[in-house]
Amino acid sequence: MYKAILAAGICVLAMTSLTSAQEKKEIVVASEGAYPPFNSMDSNNKLQGFDIDITNALCEKMQVKCTIVAQDWDGMIPALLAKKFDAIVASMTITEERKKQIDFTDRYYRTPLSVAVPKDSKIKDTTTASMKGMSVGAQSSTTQAIHAEEVYGKAGAEAKLYPTQDEANADLANGRLDAVVSDKFVLVEWLKNAGKDCCKMLGDIEGTMSEAGIAIRKEDKDLKERFNKAIKDIVADGTYKKIQSKYFEFDIY
Amino acid sequence: MTFRDILGFVIDLDLLDRYGWRFLEGIGVTAQLVAISFTLGGALGLLLALARLSDKGPLRWLTGAYIYFFRGSPLLAQLFLLYYGLGSLRAFWTDLGLWWFFREAWSCALLAFTLNTAAYQAEIFRGAIRSVPRGQREAAAALGMHRAVTFAKVIFPQAMIVCLRPLGNELILMIKASAIASLVTIYDLMGVTKLAFSRSYDFELYLWAAVLYLLIVECIRRLWAVLERRLTRHLRAGDLPQPAQRNGLSRVTKTALKPNAQ
Amino acid sequence: MQDVLSLLSFSDGGWGAALAAGTLVTLTLALATLPVGIFLGLVVALMARSRSPRARAAATVFTTVFRGLPELLTLLIVYYGGQILIQRLMASMGYEGQLQINAFLAGVVAFGLVLAAFSSEVWVGALNTIARGQYEAGSALGLSRWLTFRLVVFPQLMRAALPGLSNNWLTLLKDTSLISTISLVDLMRQTNLAVGATKQPIVFYLAACVIYLLLSAGSGLAFTVLERRANRGHARG
Repeated sequence: MYKAILAAGICVLAMTSLTSAQEKKEIVVASEGAYPPFNSMDSNNKLQGFDIDITNALCEKMQVKCTIVAQDWDGMIPALLAKKFDAIVASMTITEERKKQIDFTDRYYRTPLSVAVPKDSKIKDTTTASMKGMSVGAQSSTTQAIHAEEVYGKAGAEAKLYPTQDEANADLANGRLDAVVSDKFVLVEWLKNAGKDCCKMLGDIEGTMSEAGIAIRKEDKDLKERFNKAIKDIVADGTYKKIQSKYFEFDIY
Repeated sequence: MTFRDILGFVIDLDLLDRYGWRFLEGIGVTAQLVAISFTLGGALGLLLALARLSDKGPLRWLTGAYIYFFRGSPLLAQLFLLYYGLGSLRAFWTDLGLWWFFREAWSCALLAFTLNTAAYQAEIFRGAIRSVPRGQREAAAALGMHRAVTFAKVIFPQAMIVCLRPLGNELILMIKASAIASLVTIYDLMGVTKLAFSRSYDFELYLWAAVLYLLIVECIRRLWAVLERRLTRHLRAGDLPQPAQRNGLSRVTKTALKPNAQ
Repeated sequence: MQDVLSLLSFSDGGWGAALAAGTLVTLTLALATLPVGIFLGLVVALMARSRSPRARAAATVFTTVFRGLPELLTLLIVYYGGQILIQRLMASMGYEGQLQINAFLAGVVAFGLVLAAFSSEVWVGALNTIARGQYEAGSALGLSRWLTFRLVVFPQLMRAALPGLSNNWLTLLKDTSLISTISLVDLMRQTNLAVGATKQPIVFYLAACVIYLLLSAGSGLAFTVLERRANRGHARG
């Protein structure tokens, strides 16, 4: 009997992957895969998008081997803290609240928050007064979720939070939501494709210009410096511009 | 030393101030969601069970398919099918005048849970009704009772007693299953937990939720046991004033009183 | 109809292959969890019947907790909490390395615990059907306690437990769909991805339901065969 228990224990141990004390020659980077054009999944379940191209360019500059893994948005920061990976390149906005838990590199792009609405919407603009009584969707655990809850919600809107941006968009198209708040370029991309028949851009939200950075654990100071230097390098040598032109017609740095 | 100070040893008071109230609201939402869907599901389940036991072939076949579908696939898939699937047919529902219903995550979740638990409860009712011996029906017929009266006065009460325990189990399963409502924007206990966690990243919050769910389930379990004892009071030999009635127990009710009979 | 078929086809642009891959992951996860949960359930059942009050109390706490927690919460706690716990444990033992709990392993552990809690009741019920005399007869034949269990008790136990365990298995199969929320690409998540890409929620969620139904039906058949095997010593007539 004891032997059986022991054997089972060994089996469980063998199933976990033991990696030895790591020297940062290989880093594991996480992205989400539901936030086009920055990150999305192709039909073979491979990550693609601006975030992924930038990651590959940075890793090449730092001369390290990078493995990119997909991770659900809600679990991003907990999983980083739990050392499931070393960095997050997933269009994560640098905020003070997040900085209490984790650290960020310098920005790799900037974006304001914008609002998309159905084509026949009567909402005039993105001010809080216009959102009173409206149901406003956003992806949970994001800066836009906080905006939907704290700013619009306090002004009398009903904030509805979804696990992914895709689901919030689907419900705007379905007519369940009166508005969706998100990063501008994500909404622009969606309105060019799946959302083009149902919805339109209402406008940017004033004072919400924010920076997306690479998230890392606080103790990994060295990794942060290497990322920062690599970001500077790819901006300087034109790699950044080349990647950017694949996705956008304007400068987002 | 105040109560708050003592509490401070166990949980983070700052977190409690920020999210305590929302957790209570979340419990309220979970309770409503489960109470309503379980009750409606019970009514629908009873109808399904009767249809399943009817002698009309198509009716039996249809209810059989319904029950098989809802018991054989995950509630999560059913919820998504209803919320995102049927919810995408806006024009259709607007024509029918039902869009107000499918627009709301709340009513969609309620419908999905009701349809799901109805299938499980139907099987519970069916088993219980069938466990009432034929002789009871025949005796009632011999007394000249109408079929409907026989069902209401003779079969149903005995079947309900057999149902009690499995229904209690189903109620607990529903409370646990309701946590997936959080995936379609509902702030039930699980939804509130995830929201609070997404702000603070404090793992303690998940443990609060775990303790709260355990408390709810344990309370329900005990309440149900009390209820069961009260409802079967007349069947326990020891409590009966007149020993003559002891022999009046039917086979069904005896099995119902055995601790592990299901 | 043509569109629907091409969406579900295995050719280019169809999601048939993706759904099949997802189904395989779902099945693998469920099959990997099954022995863990069933074995642990048997251990808990033996503890619940043991003479030591401590073992009995531990068994009660275990079943109360894992029968009472929502499966989704158990999964999240194992996935996030388990990692933190292991990290701390290893740090306190002075080990610098990393032990990863990936989504699959978290699923096996979490669903295994839930399955153990539920199957332990089935085991207790089955153990109750075995008369004391069986153990006594075993020892009279000079068999050790372990051999008595393996050769005498266990085969009879399986026969009594199989119907209950088959219910446990069906529940497990459906519960695995929750793993989609922690980014393991099982059938459910593959369906979500397909819906995101094609905007055809009805087709794909319905397809997912049907695939789960087929899995349930298939395992129903398998269990019928197993039960017949377990019952062959008890053939009527």
